[in-house]
Amino acid sequence: MNFKKRSLILWIPLAAYLVFLALASLGLNRDQQTVVQSRMIGKPVPPLDLPAAASSRPTLSTKEMADGKPRLLNIFASWCVPCIAEAPVLMQLARQGVPIDGVAIRDARADVDNFLTRHGNPYQRIGLDERSALQFYMGSSGVPETFVVDGKGVIRYQHIGVIGPQDVEMILEKLREAQS
Amino acid sequence: MRRFVILLLLAATPAPALAQTALPPAPYANRQLEDPALEAKATALMHTIRCLTCQSQSIADSDASMAADLRSIIRERIAAGEDPEAIRAWLIERYGDWISYKPTADPILWPLWAAPVLLLGAGGALAYGRMRRRKGGQA
Repeated sequence: MNFKKRSLILWIPLAAYLVFLALASLGLNRDQQTVVQSRMIGKPVPPLDLPAAASSRPTLSTKEMADGKPRLLNIFASWCVPCIAEAPVLMQLARQGVPIDGVAIRDARADVDNFLTRHGNPYQRIGLDERSALQFYMGSSGVPETFVVDGKGVIRYQHIGVIGPQDVEMILEKLREAQS
Repeated sequence: MRRFVILLLLAATPAPALAQTALPPAPYANRQLEDPALEAKATALMHTIRCLTCQSQSIADSDASMAADLRSIIRERIAAGEDPEAIRAWLIERYGDWISYKPTADPILWPLWAAPVLLLGAGGALAYGRMRRRKGGQA
C-alpha cells in the first residue's frame, strides 16, 4: 500500500463521523411524532360493557353500537379542560341529529353529572371507564378523542383532540362515508 | 421568619389539585405483584412499553395516569398467566410498533440488526490485515 492511499484511508473515520452528525441533526430537527393514530380503524369496536357514568343516561355496551346507523363515540372526562371547549360543538352535532355515545375516562358519577349540567349533554349513552380500559382496546391515546363507528359496529375514523367548529363539516362527511 | 419560610415552601410545592384525575390509581399501578418472578416479568415488559402521554418515557418511568392504568393491566394479565410477548403483540396491534421500545424484525430495521455483524466483520478484517502485514514485515 502506498503512502497516498494510506492517508486517504485515514480520512474515513472523520467522514463517517460527519455522516453520522448530519443524520443525527436531521433526525433532531425532524418533527417529532406527537399523535399516535389507532390501528383499529376498519376493525370492529371491542366488546366492552361499561357502567353508567351519569345519573341521567344509560350504561354503554359497545356491542349495542351496531344498530345500523353510524354514530360517534366520544371519549371525554370531567377533569379534561379541552373537553369543555369541545362540548358546544358536540351539542351542535347532537342537535343536527348525530347520535353520540360518550365514555368518561377515570371519572366519578358526581363529577360527570356536574360537567354535563354546566357544559351540556349531547350523549345518548355514557359509559364509565375508571381505568382507561376502553382506550387501550381502541388504540386511543388521550382525551378528548372521537371515533366514527358505522352501523355494523366497525371503527371508521379516529379524531384525535378537540372537535372544533371548523371540524363539523369533516365529521359529518365521515359519518356520511360510514353510511355506505 | 421560620414560619414564613415554611409557608414559602408549602406555596412552592405543586398543588395536587392540578393532577389529571381525582381517582385513586388502579390496583396494580404502583403495587408490585406478590410473586417476585411474575413481578420481574411484568417490570421487564413495562420498561419496554412507551408511555402514550409522555412519549419519551417508558410506562415504568411515567407518572401519567394512562401509564399507571397500563402498568396495572400488564401486572394483572401476567398474574393471570399471560405471556409478556403476547401482551406486547396486543398493544402493537392497537398502537403500532411505536408503542414498543423493543425493535421488531420489520424489514426497515434490517440494517439495524445487520450493523453489529458488519462492524464486527470490518473490525476483524482490519485486525487480520494489520497482523498479517506486521508478520510479513518481521519475516
